[in-house]
Amino acid sequence: MKFTIVILGAPYSGETADTACRFAEAVIAQGHNIYRLFFYHDGVHNASSLVTLPQDEIQLPQRWQQLIDQYHLEAVVCIASALRRGVANDIEARRFGKPCGNLLEGFELAGIGELLDAAAHSDRLITFGPSS
Amino acid sequence: MILHTVNKSPYANQCLVDCLTTAATGDTIILIEDGVYGATAGPLFDKSLPQLSELDIKLYVLRPDFEARGLHLGQSVLHFSLVDDHRFVELVLEADKVLSWY
Repeated sequence: MKFTIVILGAPYSGETADTACRFAEAVIAQGHNIYRLFFYHDGVHNASSLVTLPQDEIQLPQRWQQLIDQYHLEAVVCIASALRRGVANDIEARRFGKPCGNLLEGFELAGIGELLDAAAHSDRLITFGPSS
Repeated sequence: MILHTVNKSPYANQCLVDCLTTAATGDTIILIEDGVYGATAGPLFDKSLPQLSELDIKLYVLRPDFEARGLHLGQSVLHFSLVDDHRFVELVLEADKVLSWY
């Protein structure tokens, strides 16, 4: 079965990202496919390479990245949500005169149409809402 | 059949009550994150209890989130089943769609 997982919460603002990541890992462990991960609203902060934590804490962006890399997942970050929250790839950063991009490798910026496409082509779509 | 997820405590947020008033016969509800406090909120459920038993709604709680808060099922007046992440995935598959309350 094909799943799409929508993540609306920033890492460390609440549990959303952790719950969603655990769910994604469970989906894969059961042999199902993930059609797309869609990071929307504050969820875009999961894709920032500037998130920095003490070494003994869970590194959520890296945990996503490993999952994406290992299972070749498509991880889409809503471009409108991302740019207004300071998450951009190098192309968008240059376009808007910012000093650098910070989108983690493995994630891509795209429009809301990718969420509609995912809803149409997945067997199940589950949204993990923000904690606050 | 719809699987409803609730991630907010009923002591702080209206979404569990909204979920209970919306859920239909045969639906399933799973409490996750702070939503697991709903499994301890007996009095809050009382108003919805007759409706819930009539509607045959199954109630689940995500075990890791529940245990992380040191809660015990004995505090609830309703029957909740504790499930792990894998069972959560199965519940999503058993439902036609998922409705997230947050």
